[in-house]
Amino acid sequence: MSDPVALQMTAPAPVTALENARHDGPVTVAETGPWGMLTLRGDLSAAPVRSSLADATGLAMPEVRGVTVAGDRRVAWFSPDEALILVPRADLAGVRAALDGALAGQHALVADMSDARASFRISGEPAHLAEVLARLVPVDMGTFAVGELRRTRLAQVACAHWMPEEGAVELVCFRSVARYVFDLLVEAAESPRAFPA
Amino acid sequence: MLILTCPYCGVTAEETEFHGGGEAHLKREGPGSDDAALEGYLFHRENPRGVHFERWRHVYGCGKWFHAARDTQTLEVFGTYPAQTTTPPEDLLATIRDKRPGFTWRGIS
Repeated sequence: MSDPVALQMTAPAPVTALENARHDGPVTVAETGPWGMLTLRGDLSAAPVRSSLADATGLAMPEVRGVTVAGDRRVAWFSPDEALILVPRADLAGVRAALDGALAGQHALVADMSDARASFRISGEPAHLAEVLARLVPVDMGTFAVGELRRTRLAQVACAHWMPEEGAVELVCFRSVARYVFDLLVEAAESPRAFPA
Repeated sequence: MLILTCPYCGVTAEETEFHGGGEAHLKREGPGSDDAALEGYLFHRENPRGVHFERWRHVYGCGKWFHAARDTQTLEVFGTYPAQTTTPPEDLLATIRDKRPGFTWRGIS
């Protein structure tokens, strides 16, 4: 008979969809993670929800279509009633408990979605990054600013992207399409016409 | 190609980021309604050449449903407005009257 405690202790460490695949070049494409990802549903314009989130994560609730970045934590505005919270996997349980506690009694929901999504980071010259993304998303990358977030389609799948700082773009998509997104990013980053001499 | 602005997240994007949801402001005919009313609810749709009101969903973005008023002939979008309403807002109607004098759509003019 199996011992549940022993089973728990031998549970494998979480792995990302592509085992942190990486492509180096003028634009580096890397799968990041494993992140701890929490989805918060609730009225994001309500002051109690905003302050609860700030207390639990240490990050301010972003404005509409914004993202707040501090170190290895991010809070992303996804819709008027949905936010995605990214923290290192090791901090997940603590942040979740803090959020649950702060939101107790409020009309809000927190769910652990860490295994639902894959995340990527592409880095390089800002102009090159804009070129790579302009090939894949219907967004004017010429006016896309640091701290702005855009949920849109990347080729044929849903994807969200933002710039945590100049020279880097982070993307999240569903885990089931991680290989598709990674290959597309590499293809766009490798194309000889991407970076005129 | 339509350029629509989502009233919830404020994004102005081209139509591939959205999904059309058919005619706007249909009134559901439930139990107790007569056959003709139910038939109209199920099957009778406007198919105008000109001003039209539609439902759209920001499917790749925030996921919300909203309404759009546009011209089917020129693809001009007069405006978009939230889904929590049964009639178009008066300021949008004023804009449309200004641009398309004399338009009518399902009793709206």
